[in-house]
Amino acid sequence: MKRIYLDHVAATPLLPEVIEAMLPFFRERFGNAQSLHADGQVVLDAVEEARTRTGRLINAEPAEVIFTASGSEANNLAVKGLASARRAKGTHLVLSAVEHQSVINSAKSLEKMGFTTTLVPVDPAGTVHPGDVEKAMTKDTVLISVMLANSEIGTIEPVAEIARIAQGRNILFHTDAVAAAGSVPIDVKALGVDALSLAGDQFYGPKGGAALYLKKGTRILPLIEGGIQEGGRRGGTENVPAIVGLGVAAEIARKKLDERAAKARVLRDELIRGLPAKIDRVILTGHPQNRLPHHASFVVEFIEGEAMLLSLDMKGIAVSSGSACTSKALKASHVILATGIDHATAQGSVVFSLLEDTTAEDIAAVLEIFPPIVDRLRKMSPLYTQFLKEGQT
Amino acid sequence: MIYSEKVMDHFSNPRNVGVIADADGVGQVGNPVCGDMMTFYIKVKDDHLTDVKFQTFGCGAAIAVSSMVSEMAIGKTLAEAMAITNDKVAEELGGLPKNKMHCSNLGADALHEAIKNYQNKLMGVSKESSAGAQAGHEEHEEGCCCPYCDGPVDGLEDVCACRHCDIELVECPECGNYTNKADASCVSCGARMTK
Repeated sequence: MKRIYLDHVAATPLLPEVIEAMLPFFRERFGNAQSLHADGQVVLDAVEEARTRTGRLINAEPAEVIFTASGSEANNLAVKGLASARRAKGTHLVLSAVEHQSVINSAKSLEKMGFTTTLVPVDPAGTVHPGDVEKAMTKDTVLISVMLANSEIGTIEPVAEIARIAQGRNILFHTDAVAAAGSVPIDVKALGVDALSLAGDQFYGPKGGAALYLKKGTRILPLIEGGIQEGGRRGGTENVPAIVGLGVAAEIARKKLDERAAKARVLRDELIRGLPAKIDRVILTGHPQNRLPHHASFVVEFIEGEAMLLSLDMKGIAVSSGSACTSKALKASHVILATGIDHATAQGSVVFSLLEDTTAEDIAAVLEIFPPIVDRLRKMSPLYTQFLKEGQT
Repeated sequence: MIYSEKVMDHFSNPRNVGVIADADGVGQVGNPVCGDMMTFYIKVKDDHLTDVKFQTFGCGAAIAVSSMVSEMAIGKTLAEAMAITNDKVAEELGGLPKNKMHCSNLGADALHEAIKNYQNKLMGVSKESSAGAQAGHEEHEEGCCCPYCDGPVDGLEDVCACRHCDIELVECPECGNYTNKADASCVSCGARMTK
């Protein structure tokens, strides 16, 4: 059975060019980039080339790119490192309610050290309103973090507008672009952000290759202290194969981004149109238009996400879900709840995220295979029986 | 794979799904907000369960548990059925992930509720149930880890929390393991938590 992988938000496959570029750095080019001898210098050159390539994807200077081991690490570094560096100016943070755990939990850590956080709500489409961010700011605010796009509901946030407000008040602005980078065009200068997180495993690069963009001249305290790697902002011997892989993936993403997005958008819209046409009581989550080009997310009423995920998996289709049962803590997704969907309905979360080689046939297969799965699970569901009996609206 | 073959079998081919229109007893537990809800229907003849059907809203484990409970219960006497515990259900299913143990508890509970409903209808009001007391005999683990994510637990004495899961934790009086303060039953042993 051919697998149909529609879980881009979890991981993307590595491009063959990326793997090829990485291989020598597992073999003959094993040197330490900080060594002054030729074996080190050849590796340093590769790391710096990757830095240039990664920067180019987001219109940043090479010196503004700090390599990290994951998007989560980049988010931790941004939130903790920037807030700590500005501590003398104030101790208040503003985040959106739909941020990734790595941002929210970093802020929680800071709260233990005397910081306070305001979470800005989102509207039913998952959009953060710049006016709400402005209202949340105080004289004491030192950092605002609002993501570029959400991996669970796909919504793209008005980051440029929020960044302008932050800049006007001399408040640092970070955006978590892990879900967006490589899939939507990003220009850090046009956005006006001070920091931006990205991860190569979201655009056909390797896991372990990620970065934080930090605007020139912005002070940050490192999470990992050590040597002079990454300009002293991230100690530790560089993960050279992952960094090289990230660079190549960034280079390819920059060139192919528009083509990938245009193709994905057509198939995404096919799902967004097709599923509600074939299944009743299914709701699109996130923004209907202003969303990631490869992202279609729904809640299906009366059934639960994990059961859908497992059923699709048995038919060869890989998706994700934000239902409570799919999380280890059995808690419904804070993102879906933030959009105003109730706890019970949030359990029916299912997320389809497309790859660059997803085909129209794949989407047709989903539209064929998914409705009977929903049907089967609904026939088992006491909630659906109740709904049919009471015919509530 | 987080689930055993047995669980996946019962999830993909659940036995005894449905509604019994003229059921002798009906039991419903859980609620959709928590992620699981089960309704059990029973038919009783000569103190034996002649038919059991269920409907379940929930994850793979919840569906498999319901199916297994129905299979274990059919043909049993009421007392035998009341003695079906969550541990036995989980065992029959070849084990369940730690954070899904509460599903097995719900399945047994829903069956027991249906039996009690039958007995109450038969005898009037009697609230007493014959069996079903659960012994908390999960292996006691050092209470240092969040039972959901195995991460570290923050806090001292009475206020414990897992920051990763963003939940408050309390020690279960039955097995001593941490469980979500907001939940009605212990995630490890299934014992009911008194608020």
